[in-house]
Amino acid sequence: MISRRDFLQTSMAASAILGASSYGQWGRLAAQQALTQDQLLQFDTFGNVSLIHVTDIHAQLKPIYFREPSINLGVGDNKGQVPHVTGADFRKLYGIDDGSASHYALSAGDFNALAQAYGRVGGLDRMATVINAIRAERPDALLLDGGDTWHGSYTCYQTEGQDMVNVMNALKPDAMTFHWEFTLGSDRVNEIVAGLPFAALGQNIFDAEWDEPAELFPPYKFFERGGVKIAVIGQAFPYMPIANPGWMFPEYAFGIRDENMQEMVDEVRGQGAELVVVLSHNGFDVDKKMASIVTGIDVILSGHTHDALPEPVLVGETIIIASGSNGKFVSRVDLDVRDGRMMGFRHKLIPIFSDVIEPDAEVAAVIDEQRAPYMDQLTEVIGQTDSLLYRRGNFNGTWDDLICDALISEREADIALSPGVRWGPSILPGQDITREDIWNVTSMTYGQAYRTEMTGEFLGVVLEDVADNLFNPDPYYQQGGDMVRTGGLGYRIDITKPQGSRITEMTLLKTGEAIDPAKTYQIAGWASVNEGTEGPQIWDVVESHIRKQGTVTVKPNTSVKVVGA
Amino acid sequence: MKLTRRDALVVGAGAFVALGLPLSASAGLGEDAIAAFTGGAEMADGGITLTAPEIAENGNTVPIEVDAPGASEILVLAMGNPTPSVATFKFGPLAASQAASTRIRLAGTQDVVAIAKMADGSFAKASATVKVTIGGCGG
Repeated sequence: MISRRDFLQTSMAASAILGASSYGQWGRLAAQQALTQDQLLQFDTFGNVSLIHVTDIHAQLKPIYFREPSINLGVGDNKGQVPHVTGADFRKLYGIDDGSASHYALSAGDFNALAQAYGRVGGLDRMATVINAIRAERPDALLLDGGDTWHGSYTCYQTEGQDMVNVMNALKPDAMTFHWEFTLGSDRVNEIVAGLPFAALGQNIFDAEWDEPAELFPPYKFFERGGVKIAVIGQAFPYMPIANPGWMFPEYAFGIRDENMQEMVDEVRGQGAELVVVLSHNGFDVDKKMASIVTGIDVILSGHTHDALPEPVLVGETIIIASGSNGKFVSRVDLDVRDGRMMGFRHKLIPIFSDVIEPDAEVAAVIDEQRAPYMDQLTEVIGQTDSLLYRRGNFNGTWDDLICDALISEREADIALSPGVRWGPSILPGQDITREDIWNVTSMTYGQAYRTEMTGEFLGVVLEDVADNLFNPDPYYQQGGDMVRTGGLGYRIDITKPQGSRITEMTLLKTGEAIDPAKTYQIAGWASVNEGTEGPQIWDVVESHIRKQGTVTVKPNTSVKVVGA
Repeated sequence: MKLTRRDALVVGAGAFVALGLPLSASAGLGEDAIAAFTGGAEMADGGITLTAPEIAENGNTVPIEVDAPGASEILVLAMGNPTPSVATFKFGPLAASQAASTRIRLAGTQDVVAIAKMADGSFAKASATVKVTIGGCGG
């Protein structure tokens, strides 16, 4: 990231500077325990266009706890650049006071204590209140959903995404792009998209057979707002058939396709677009690289990597906005567009503090309606936890440690593998664990827990392959997500090395012996992208394990040694 | 416990091991093919566009496209395949454009190279690394 000072100087109008950050102020207010809805929503309407960005909600209809990562390493040119700055370094960078509401919302550290003080975050009924408040000030604001909306909960799984479609329709978005939605299977995605009352965009969603743009997903849509001709171009997650099971949506191909993005930008500019907005599910570093290659994009609303940044990042003349995940944030971006170009902007990342923001009654009723048929299942208490259960971080989190423990014990394996996804809320020490909580961190359409044999050599290949998805120095070769979580296996990783030489010192933890490349090990895991994977569903495995424990305690995990950070 | 995915994984394992590292074992053959095509002449960096995915969705059928305005021939090589030669496209003087697209099979992560022979006898080269992966876990 360019330094704050550079960034402010580069803003295109003096008036744009004012809104760049109000975080220091929040810190003080929060310290006085005086956080109010009015302060969270405070925004001096600017320019003539407003964008509202939500992304990566992962079907979290209700308020949750969500701990941000303490380890999020960048490589290559992105080493030490946002979003690869965490904890105290992050707070220092943005001038956020320790213990403030912004500390709690945006960074790791003192999470348990701050969660007690500030409470839950998110909830689409609260999000609705924020969106309505922005619309009260700017009735024609554009609401844009970055995708990963129809995935991630018990009710979303049971209704094949219908609960999220119904609630989002009540929020009235103007456009959306996609990622996990496709894991509902192409028939279901096609069925929902055909009936959507808003645009389903993706310039990089292609027909796999002919490698031509897919008809159901137009590349862009024009909007006329505040007298400005706005083109919104969609960019779906580029690596869906690789990171997720391609056999579930064989008719579709994706990819970054930045050459086609350039063509689309040129095309909409040729048709008179005065403002070009890309609604992206690329991931932050990929968006930065794309902004440096494709010219003519004013704003990228970035999703996929779940980063929450209190200020836009500027690449050339493009601003990139990152709006977090799991319903925790709404971004408001006001723009001054005149004479066919963006003259200035004002931005605010609004954290949804559930106890501060009043739920919107209408949307709350729609949410309750979706959940009502399943309440007995959702609310059943399976056990308790003594430890904070969270997921985010490059290498491990306590939720996945618990899931790996469950796989090893319930499936009688030497080693467990859990995918490095970034969705899934946190549970505080002392809280009950309900069935809904377990589904929030495991729910998917390919959740079968497999058990198989792998040689030590093959296990090394798997770790190397996943590590390259995360630590390849070229963002275009990164798929987002984090390192595969391992149970019963320790290793050393040098993130600066090339693929094939990052992983060393693989150790079978139960014996302390080095992994033998020629020896075969029993491996349990879940979320295989291979068709025909068999085994019990992961949520049933985890539920059975937690029931046996009664109260779970997750010990600190020191099995991964990280070098080169 | 029953081993349910074993067959699938054993089949997969052979492929994975092959895919672990960028392939260059047959790079010598690729270099030979380039030398034969250009006769050892210098190759310019501009003048030819090679479009290929950064990460292949399916290594068995990777869509690629080459475009070199003014070219009389375009040679396409998969530098890491056991047989690097993929295709040579020839364009007659009346061809409206000097572009072609096809699908190629890649044995693993490797560079795909396209070389255009221009009408004036000069050469231009473009290269793209295509990663063939076992897949990760989406955010």
